[in-house]
Amino acid sequence: MSWQRRSIHTGLLSKRDHRSGCLARIGRYDAGKTPFTFTEPMNKPARYSEDFGSVAAARRQGALAALAMPAVVLGASYLGFGAFVRQSGLTLPQGVVSSATGWALPGQIALIEIYAVGGTLLSAALAVILTNARLLPMVASLMPVLRAGEAGPPRLRHYLIAHLIAITGFAIAMQRAPQMVPAQRLPFYQGFGITLWLTTLTATILGFFLAGMVPLYVTLGFVFLNPLYFMLVFIADLKHRLRALALVFGTLLGPALHLIDPEWGLLATGLIGGTAAFLIDNMRRRRGRGWRQ
Amino acid sequence: MNAIWLPWLFLLVGAVATYAWRGLGVMLSGRINADSPVMRWVAAVAYALLAGLIVRMIVLPAGALAAISLVDRVGAAAVTVIVYFLARRSIILGVGAGAATLILLLYLRNGV
Repeated sequence: MSWQRRSIHTGLLSKRDHRSGCLARIGRYDAGKTPFTFTEPMNKPARYSEDFGSVAAARRQGALAALAMPAVVLGASYLGFGAFVRQSGLTLPQGVVSSATGWALPGQIALIEIYAVGGTLLSAALAVILTNARLLPMVASLMPVLRAGEAGPPRLRHYLIAHLIAITGFAIAMQRAPQMVPAQRLPFYQGFGITLWLTTLTATILGFFLAGMVPLYVTLGFVFLNPLYFMLVFIADLKHRLRALALVFGTLLGPALHLIDPEWGLLATGLIGGTAAFLIDNMRRRRGRGWRQ
Repeated sequence: MNAIWLPWLFLLVGAVATYAWRGLGVMLSGRINADSPVMRWVAAVAYALLAGLIVRMIVLPAGALAAISLVDRVGAAAVTVIVYFLARRSIILGVGAGAATLILLLYLRNGV
């Protein structure tokens, strides 16, 4: 207030105020003596705001973070996956091996679905390759955050932890890990990933048994959890233009191309719909940027 | 090919095709730009393929789901979306309501 009055009179800050303002900005001014200080930008944490104290504690906190919401949502989905495995004529060991080794639900569902409709190994391989290619940029961008400037080529533990990186963990780790003390990031993700992974294995087993115990109409409800879950995950993603375009094209082309050719319809949907979305998004990007650059 | 081994072969292919991307991601970590044109194309193809798969599972499912009428399947999907938004974007409530709707509809029709 007084600052404003003064500037109306003189058009400038007094020398003293001007100097104190500058000092406050670079953080050496005594915060107690001035009504407004800029010593610390509000949105930037004072170094690392999350310190669990020890590596073991970081691992525990990671496990707890997984048990909060992710384990419930993913657990329900894998319950559905277990039921889906049984309905597709596969055995319990096969369902568990799928969750243990091919850990990424969309690819698992695509694989089992193609097996169930009698598709060839080649089309199943291509479908999994195309659905899971998104894991490459995910791992490649999360790994530097988890390693936090650690030098040298990746070690065995990095290749192992990569198996536990999928969309859920990626989203949470990208959000939280940058605030963590570097040495605690990998342990945090170990705790998180292993807990989530074990939860989904357990849920696969439970879903498989559940499908054998309850009436068929309940089993079908569980199987139906899978498309419903991904439908909502996708709706949550509609704000992103490229993804939204790809989802719309996939939605329109999927059933149509399936009717034309059940064997290759799904792959054609991905390639045609995805490429169309990519081209349109590129056009919009160029137009949007055009005169600014 | 022996039919007993066929599912295992599918699973092996699935595991290799999934881990290959993760392993490659570790190798290329920090050296790849997730916003590069190739990566954006990859993401777009994955999203289109998955959307196609999910819609197909709702509209033209294989196996036991095919025995359910289209009205019930689409109805359950609609309930899912409505509850999701009413429950302030809760995925778990939306999915739960949708599955419960389907089970209820099938029960009211005296099973499948």
